[in-house]
Amino acid sequence: MMISLSNISRIFIMGDQEVRALNHINLNITAGEYLSVMGPSGSGKSTLLNIIGILDRPTSGTYLLEKRDVTALSEVEQAKVRRERIGFIFQSFHLVPRLTAAENIELPLILEGLSLQERKARVAAVLEETDLTDRASHRPAELSGGQRQRVAIARATILKPAVLLADEPTGNLDHKTGAEVVALLEKLHHGGTTVIVVTHDRELGGRAHRKVQMRDGEIIEDKST
Amino acid sequence: MTIKDALRLSFHTVVSYRLRALLILLAMALGVAAVVVLTSLGEGARRFVVGQFSSLGTNLVIVFPGRAETTGGFPGSLIGETPRDLTLDDAASLATIHGVRRYAPLNVGASELSGGGRLREITVLGSTADFFQIRHMSLAQGRFTADSGPNPAEIVLGTALARELFPLGNALGQRVRLGDRRFRVAGILVPQGESMGFNTDEIAIIPVDHAQALFNTQSLFRILIEAENRAAIEPTKAAVRKALTLRHDGEEDVTVITQDAVLATFDRILSALTFAVAGIAAISLAVAGILVMNVMLVAVSQRTSEIGLLKALGATRQDIKRLFLMETLWLSLAGAAAGMALGYAGAMLLRLAYPQLPAYPPHWAGLAAIVTAFVTGIIASLMPASRASKLDPVLALSRK
Repeated sequence: MMISLSNISRIFIMGDQEVRALNHINLNITAGEYLSVMGPSGSGKSTLLNIIGILDRPTSGTYLLEKRDVTALSEVEQAKVRRERIGFIFQSFHLVPRLTAAENIELPLILEGLSLQERKARVAAVLEETDLTDRASHRPAELSGGQRQRVAIARATILKPAVLLADEPTGNLDHKTGAEVVALLEKLHHGGTTVIVVTHDRELGGRAHRKVQMRDGEIIEDKST
Repeated sequence: MTIKDALRLSFHTVVSYRLRALLILLAMALGVAAVVVLTSLGEGARRFVVGQFSSLGTNLVIVFPGRAETTGGFPGSLIGETPRDLTLDDAASLATIHGVRRYAPLNVGASELSGGGRLREITVLGSTADFFQIRHMSLAQGRFTADSGPNPAEIVLGTALARELFPLGNALGQRVRLGDRRFRVAGILVPQGESMGFNTDEIAIIPVDHAQALFNTQSLFRILIEAENRAAIEPTKAAVRKALTLRHDGEEDVTVITQDAVLATFDRILSALTFAVAGIAAISLAVAGILVMNVMLVAVSQRTSEIGLLKALGATRQDIKRLFLMETLWLSLAGAAAGMALGYAGAMLLRLAYPQLPAYPPHWAGLAAIVTAFVTGIIASLMPASRASKLDPVLALSRK
């Protein structure tokens, strides 16, 4: 089992009110799955994604990633897992505006501590794969929305993560460029990467092989096709 | 993340926010420049005083009548009388002391000098020929051969004085009158100008025996002694004190000081002054530090989502802290370099404006300024950097 969530709850304290964002969630995901999480705003799907990405800690429950209890890891070890095993893609891309496309893609390699030579080679290869070679030295402001998200995907996948977490990856894109981005995600899925997409978009969510529906912090439907 | 990459990445950030970098740099540079300029002022004052002292003579031991008490001063020096006079015989007895190269008894007084139909109120020194060598003075014309006496009635005039009384330049050999006594002009001093507030161009020097007769005194004002070398100063001082105490029936009623001691005192005072102004200038560096802290805090909140992203990409707290620390490191480095350039240029302008003041920054000033700038920068960025590293990535990422 790639990802194993058992009895996961996440409670936020808002003033003197408790908000149960996740309520005893159980979810197992095997390697290579293509899974979508759908549900209305506030259903807890983003919180679920953050917990899977170890950006957030569950209030209770166990989370095993590749058979390791990641909630028990130290801060430095968690960062290492995020760096090497998990890739994030965001609705608003989150590119660093003062860095070029190539420099943005290079960031995880710098954090990993790879040599300059190796970084250059890997960035060039990924730029080629994502068809961004001629955009390498452009800053985000000089790129179209679709290109920005492709840069973000290249950055998320350059260290060959086991799982790719996408939070509304097409939310800021028009239909055509959104389709390009989805095609790229599916290409990565075919290459063996586990892909988890959180979305409002029924069309996008429907493309996944396994569809999870959430409401009020609970999974109300889990359907595979 | 390697240190090298962190340095490179933070340098990239610094140059990306150009206006912000320039403003911090300016504040840092002004602080560093203030340290350099103010310390060079202090150091210039110190060098100026030391220079003035050495123009008075080298390896000097000075004897004056009266005993410097630890309490109540020595009243003798105020009313001009002491229990026992310091006489010419006392001075002559010093000649045989080991370590004394030469000595000169000295009397000082004011008198009226008339000559060439003009009258001047002047300062008169009474001494011997050795006085010229001890004080590094020399004669432009004529000779002065006085010893402890009896001497012919000869007078040496300061160059300004000679020119005023005898504008035609024929002062040498002329008869002048000092008080009610007549003197022949035997020499004219080389112009020396002012030193220690005392203009040697406007004085006259006569043999010591004539000076004592003129001022009607048996007591000397000072005995100046030149020791054979620097090492001989202290032994000579002790020997002189012992010899004079012995001559005065075992009573130690003279004060013997060395110029070195006086100089060392001034040196200490002015060095302390230099440190004090450096401290004051360092306040401006502290202000720059607060500015840096402020700007870095703004930077952290501006780049909150970027910090969240770095965490999502797998940056550790340490990595993020390091990036922000190095950002200020670069700013401090650039600020210190610019400040040094500015400070040294300022000190040079000072020297051009006041050539008399050797306003060179002391060698420690540059180093101190740079170290202070660094330390200030690091301290100022500790808090913002640690705040950045502790941001909750989920909240940070949700900020647009």
